[in-house]
Amino acid sequence: MNNVFVYCESEEGTIAEVSLELLTKGRSLADTLKCKLEAVVAGINLQDIEKQVLPFGVDVIHIAEDPRLDPYQTLPHAALLINLFREEQPQIALMGATSTGRDLGPRVSSALHSGLTADCTGLEIGEHEDKKANIFYKDLLYQIRPAFGGNIIATIINPDHRPQMATVREGVMKKEIRDAGYKGEVRYLEVNKYISPEDFVVKIIDRHIEKSKVNIKGAPIIVSGGYGVGSRENFNLLYELAEVIGAEVGASRAAVDAGYAGHERQIGQTGITVRPKLYIACGISGQIQHRAGMEESAQIISINTDPDAPINSIADYVIIGDIAEVIPKMIKYYKKNTK
Amino acid sequence: MKSFKIIVLAKQVPDTRNVGKDAMKADGTVNRSALPAIFNPEDLNALEIALRIKDQQPGTTITLLTMGPGRAADVIREGFFRGADDGILLTDRAFAGSDTLATSYALAQAIRRMGKFDLIIAGRQAIDGDTAQVGPQVAEKLKLPQVTYVEEIIEVSKTRLVAKRRLERGVETVSAPLPVVLTINGTAPDCRSRNAKLLMKYKHAKTVSEIQSANEDYLHLYNDRPYLNITEWSVNEIDHDPVQLGLNGSPTKVKKIENVVLQAKDSRITSAADEDIEELMKELIASHTIG
Repeated sequence: MNNVFVYCESEEGTIAEVSLELLTKGRSLADTLKCKLEAVVAGINLQDIEKQVLPFGVDVIHIAEDPRLDPYQTLPHAALLINLFREEQPQIALMGATSTGRDLGPRVSSALHSGLTADCTGLEIGEHEDKKANIFYKDLLYQIRPAFGGNIIATIINPDHRPQMATVREGVMKKEIRDAGYKGEVRYLEVNKYISPEDFVVKIIDRHIEKSKVNIKGAPIIVSGGYGVGSRENFNLLYELAEVIGAEVGASRAAVDAGYAGHERQIGQTGITVRPKLYIACGISGQIQHRAGMEESAQIISINTDPDAPINSIADYVIIGDIAEVIPKMIKYYKKNTK
Repeated sequence: MKSFKIIVLAKQVPDTRNVGKDAMKADGTVNRSALPAIFNPEDLNALEIALRIKDQQPGTTITLLTMGPGRAADVIREGFFRGADDGILLTDRAFAGSDTLATSYALAQAIRRMGKFDLIIAGRQAIDGDTAQVGPQVAEKLKLPQVTYVEEIIEVSKTRLVAKRRLERGVETVSAPLPVVLTINGTAPDCRSRNAKLLMKYKHAKTVSEIQSANEDYLHLYNDRPYLNITEWSVNEIDHDPVQLGLNGSPTKVKKIENVVLQAKDSRITSAADEDIEELMKELIASHTIG
């Protein structure tokens, strides 16, 4: 009872990266709170799934294996969590800020009348004093997130309602195995106890989901382009540089909206968060939403024609110039000096 | 004859997408009051989805429902100009400080008052909060199924609809029974422009509060042309449990707000000259940053 829960997404027997990152965060929150970390997995092909989950320091894994639970659908997954949470009374429940978690979270929070904070960029344990009501709360979950288009950072708390719920995007938390041999309990849920036939009124007719081909999050170097790249053709220069120096290509929201690059490459608060050892920002002005997804890069190079672009102020190196001129030179001198 | 009764949920939001230099204060923080108030972009996509159903099924009616301060009546006028049939502004101090859950409760109670409907269509999320929570929470409060991230309605009958959802890495087509709550993704078609005839017809549409505060000679208009009266509901017009409203009904509380201020680093600035670029590349190779 009163433990930290993480809803884990699974696809073909593999747990989603974002869920593993949340288990890592959940473990550290549970350590601070001196409580257990519990995971919930629902779907198919879940035999031995605990082997992927327990090493993150999971004390209890709840497994709901049923062909009707795959692919994800709102009502049955929501019913499972709502009823399980009513039994287990978690103090904290976390899920990925994916199209699944952002569909499921609000439904569950509404049914349980508990607070939910979307797209958190930080989760910490802290205290709160309600001076008006003269109540002191300890061990609350601080849910930290940018709001107002990224122009403010808000710390949200849910003093009186449980579970304290939050969603977090992929890449925001770091994934770290606690102990490869960590011992946890495996519980198989009797699915029909939690879900009723009426939860299946929506039917999935067709589904085309591509495997993620782009691994921006794991790339040590990212060459990223913004609206200032100017065209899809100019964007090819970024791919050329990336190919030569062994990097992955990213993009700002403005570049994605302009059609220069696909959604899967979007970096920023509404895209992926990255922390490469080198981030090369090409023609990116550096709006706060974009910086939120890359400012923890070890080193940043900004290539921009505008000396006053906001991104320059967080860059280690600023090259004032046009990418069409600068990138070919970078390729040339990289090749010359590595031979 | 298949005609539908559609409710579109819309929100007036500050335009946070393009924070220009004039909206920045000297300390580097945003002056929120300097941002223009706009019709939330994905709610316009939602309105377009509703209008397309109406195009195909004459007799369909679209009612906009918005919650906000008095000036949010702009959202309803904007909806009229583009083809909505009716609009309700839910406005009361009792709603102030609502988080997504308290907002959803108030909207759901207003919808219960509005009577029978077939579809509730909302934008996926509003740009001031980006939470995407109100649509699913309204669905849960009304015990209806939800289909989120919708990009297109493929077909709709009196009892079911088929919709295409846009997910991170692909698309999913689902069939859902009516009534249902849909949330519409920004990848759906843009909303049509204002219609000149509708603009003329509705430009004087006002709520009771606006009519009372306006110093106009032509108040008789609102008796002669009932369609110019925008329905305004206070908390008294909806059945409600006071503890579920506003700040009291909001499980989440804001503990702290920090303005984002850019911390400048010591950057090294170079030109695009050959020797500068070569020196930089040599340095990055020497430090094993690349190569």
